[in-house]
Amino acid sequence: MLRRTFLAAAAAVALAAMAFTPGAQAQDSVKVGELFSYARIAAFAEPYRKGWQLAVEEINAAGGVMGGKTLEVISRDDGGTTADAVRVADELVTNEGVDFLFGTFFSNIGLAVGDYAKQKQILFIAAEPLTDALTMAQGNRYTFRMRPNTYMQTKMLVEAARDSGAKTWAIVAPNYEYGQSAAENFKKLLPEIIPGAEVVEEQYPALGKIDAGATAQAILRTNPDGIFNATFAGDLAKFVREGQLRGLFEGRTVLSLLTGEPEYLAPMGAEAPEGWIVTGYPWEQIDTPEHTAFVEAYQATYDDYPRLASLLGYMIPYTIKAMLDEADSTDTEAMVDALKGLEVDTPIGPITMRAIDNQATAGAFVGTIAVEDGQGKMVDWHYADGADYAHSEEEVKAVRPGE
Amino acid sequence: MDPAFFFIQFLSGLASASNLFLIACGLTIIFGVTRIVNFAHGSFYMLGAYFAYTLTQQMMALLGDALGFWLALPIAAVAVGLCAVVMELILLRRIYRSHELFQLLATFGVVLIVQDLVQEVWGPEELFGPRAPGFTSFVVIFGFRFPEYQLVLIAAGPLVLGALWLLFNRTRWGTLVRAATQDREMVGALGVNQARLFTGVLFLGGFLAGLAGALQLPVEPANPFMDVNIIAEAFVVTVIGGMGNVLGAFLAALIIAQLQAFGILVFPEITLVLPFLVMALVLVVRPWGLLGKPETSTSHGFAGDRPLRPLSRTQQALVAALIAVLLLLPLVVGEYSQKLALEVFIYALFAFSLNFIMGAGGMVSFGHAAYFGLGGYGAALLVHHLGLNMELAILAAPIAAGLGALLFGWFVVRLSGVYLAMLTLAFAQIVWSTAFQWVELTGGDNGLIGIWPSQWASDRTVYYYLTLLVCGAAIAFLWRASHAPFGYTLRAGRDSTVRADAIGIDLKRHQWLAFALAGTCAGIAGGMFVFSKGNIDPGSLAIPTSVDALVMVLLGGIQTLTGPLVGGAVFHLLEAYILPLTDYWRAFLGAVILVLVIAFPMGLAGFLRDRLTREESAS
Repeated sequence: MLRRTFLAAAAAVALAAMAFTPGAQAQDSVKVGELFSYARIAAFAEPYRKGWQLAVEEINAAGGVMGGKTLEVISRDDGGTTADAVRVADELVTNEGVDFLFGTFFSNIGLAVGDYAKQKQILFIAAEPLTDALTMAQGNRYTFRMRPNTYMQTKMLVEAARDSGAKTWAIVAPNYEYGQSAAENFKKLLPEIIPGAEVVEEQYPALGKIDAGATAQAILRTNPDGIFNATFAGDLAKFVREGQLRGLFEGRTVLSLLTGEPEYLAPMGAEAPEGWIVTGYPWEQIDTPEHTAFVEAYQATYDDYPRLASLLGYMIPYTIKAMLDEADSTDTEAMVDALKGLEVDTPIGPITMRAIDNQATAGAFVGTIAVEDGQGKMVDWHYADGADYAHSEEEVKAVRPGE
Repeated sequence: MDPAFFFIQFLSGLASASNLFLIACGLTIIFGVTRIVNFAHGSFYMLGAYFAYTLTQQMMALLGDALGFWLALPIAAVAVGLCAVVMELILLRRIYRSHELFQLLATFGVVLIVQDLVQEVWGPEELFGPRAPGFTSFVVIFGFRFPEYQLVLIAAGPLVLGALWLLFNRTRWGTLVRAATQDREMVGALGVNQARLFTGVLFLGGFLAGLAGALQLPVEPANPFMDVNIIAEAFVVTVIGGMGNVLGAFLAALIIAQLQAFGILVFPEITLVLPFLVMALVLVVRPWGLLGKPETSTSHGFAGDRPLRPLSRTQQALVAALIAVLLLLPLVVGEYSQKLALEVFIYALFAFSLNFIMGAGGMVSFGHAAYFGLGGYGAALLVHHLGLNMELAILAAPIAAGLGALLFGWFVVRLSGVYLAMLTLAFAQIVWSTAFQWVELTGGDNGLIGIWPSQWASDRTVYYYLTLLVCGAAIAFLWRASHAPFGYTLRAGRDSTVRADAIGIDLKRHQWLAFALAGTCAGIAGGMFVFSKGNIDPGSLAIPTSVDALVMVLLGGIQTLTGPLVGGAVFHLLEAYILPLTDYWRAFLGAVILVLVIAFPMGLAGFLRDRLTREESAS
């Protein structure tokens, strides 16, 4: 009996050891770990993946990084929860032996992985998370972010409304961190930028569960001059249909975060809300040589048009290449030092990774929505450079922990 | 205040009430007759919207706008009804003999598969349906504009309610459904073909969910989040009304929707928690919902249960071998595998603590995550706000969870069956929304980060042994409690409340203590969890975490003590290994669950136990 038990135990240990052995390592490549909520937020994830894959192929075809090494990205689904994401990050670092990490969509996951990076002293470049905390109150030396954060995008919109004359405002924002901090930023920035303006109504529907009729009516009750909207996707669609029929948007200035992004604008078709001032990405109208080259390469490869996530995904490997070429090492501290203050050329112009808070100065496009040929598009748009809208040095020093 | 405004707001409330009712009435009918807790009902609703999208596209081009549109909706609903029939025929029918809750596991697998299927077929971006022909504009009511289509929705609820009343009171089939709702064993004994009745009921329920989804298309684009966004609320409405009671569901939908419509005027953040608050209040006052009746059926799926026996020699040897393997594991496997293994310990304890109240106590909890998360938050808050180290902070985990369980348990044990389960869910959601909304304290949905072990335990292997020790000790303690007189008393109460009462057992007190004990142990798991991850967010308190625990228990086998341990290990490892394989990991996981459900209707451990006893009796 005892012998059988011992044999069984030995077999189990051997099996476990076999099942857990990591794969062999390639010598002449830089291994990068990537994680994203691919299944949970597929509408965003697919274009994003196409973006970074295209860039990685281009980079490797053009000779790779650090004078000839290939860039090898090991991609994982982060499971859509912080618990899964931290485990996946750990798997990439300890099992796959990647040199650093990039990716993530949700703010809580970005923060959790960023904190893991800090604990493990691993470099992490966050792709999509919008929360200000990632580079401000909860920022750390090892975590960088590509996308303009909530504060920057909100500030761009409020400035765009400076001449609207709207004094009383209503806020509609989904009831979670992104919506709350958008509303918070809006309330802080509004009186600074438009003296005398005030918020008279706030609505915080649960994400994905907006009671659009009741919400629209609650705003109508206070008869504001302007509306600041942070809802998106399904919630926004319901809000727009209900609001239009109830005359909510007539004669009012409407500011709306993210609505101009092709991810959200294209599905709305002819129902895109005309006259709204939005942040977004008018990909078909940006005709700089760099951007045209990107769009052509993207369409040639995928037979699809780029979304904002494609652009963002595309920018990351080029940032990585610039960083690696500069550092000429995959030592974490060397890479972090190289990335701080690094200037990178992207399809939307040069961006800088700010040394004070690890926030990229990539900006956003601000414009007005119009409908043409049954499709919404951004008109009268301009590129708002992130460098002009990011937190000031004093603000960063006040809340960001020292390194 | 302007009365016209209040009237308009009331109308908006009526429209959302209709939508809620349409979803919930199907759910309540299915539960009433078959006792299936149908998680897939949200998936039916979502399929309804997608079918309607495709059908309106085709039929409006073919038959003209009005005819095409209004014909497409019922066809979409019928199609969804047929999907429900398929689910019943090839899946549920095989497992009616298993524990009642086992079907929940099967429908959970279906949810996962449908989520990925929908994204594969229709793509991940939301799809805008057409506006309803004939109702594209608005009417002016007391000076306010009101969308015409909302009036259609307002009418749809009462119309369906009337149709169902006719069906249930004027047809033989309806009479049978009502009879089965009251006492399905009697109906079976009278010679009614139950299988056919169940198939019919699944069709009706699926049809109604599909209709709700289809009617929603002109309001909301079809999108892959419709199922999860609606399912919890649908259950809430069903329970508030009284499970199986259609009129009750109507009333409940009305109450929730109106409270929502007017609540946001006063307190806009209420949207997160309102339905669950209402449910908790209603259940505390009326333990069977507004119009529900006490459950007559006493079968709780433990009919074939065997008494707990001490471990046999063989089993003792197996346990010793397992412990030896776990102790040696860090010598042979790498850092990541140790992480995976220590997470398995945590989930095993979590599932084991749930099974302590489910298996021994007969109290099903849909909200066990509350105590897992309370434990995690209890420790994390002390680290975050007071700067305590792990050794001290982790003591708060069982205390916070235990106190929470003691408080909520006092209300919970006064209920039984599915109402009890839903009250635990309500409390869990209240805790969840507190963590979500109280940003200053808990960091909101960003959660708290930087909750790492002390220096000495930050090495992976040290933390592995620490987790093994702590979780192992807690499991051993609960194991012992199951075999102690306390555990036997609980089982006695589970099998016959009346007899337990008659011999002088204060059953409520035992159940209450068991609930608190299980909560405390879940809190220990939560405490170990937070230091292994370095962070905690409201996800640890949310419905998916509770569902995961249920899945682990059911997968392993509810009628065995080892079941939740096996289930916890299998489920967590499955998830961890399937996740990197494919983008369709959810469908993959769902399919594996379905296979396991059909192959092992007693759960994995139940299957092993049966094999083992057969071998022993053979030799």
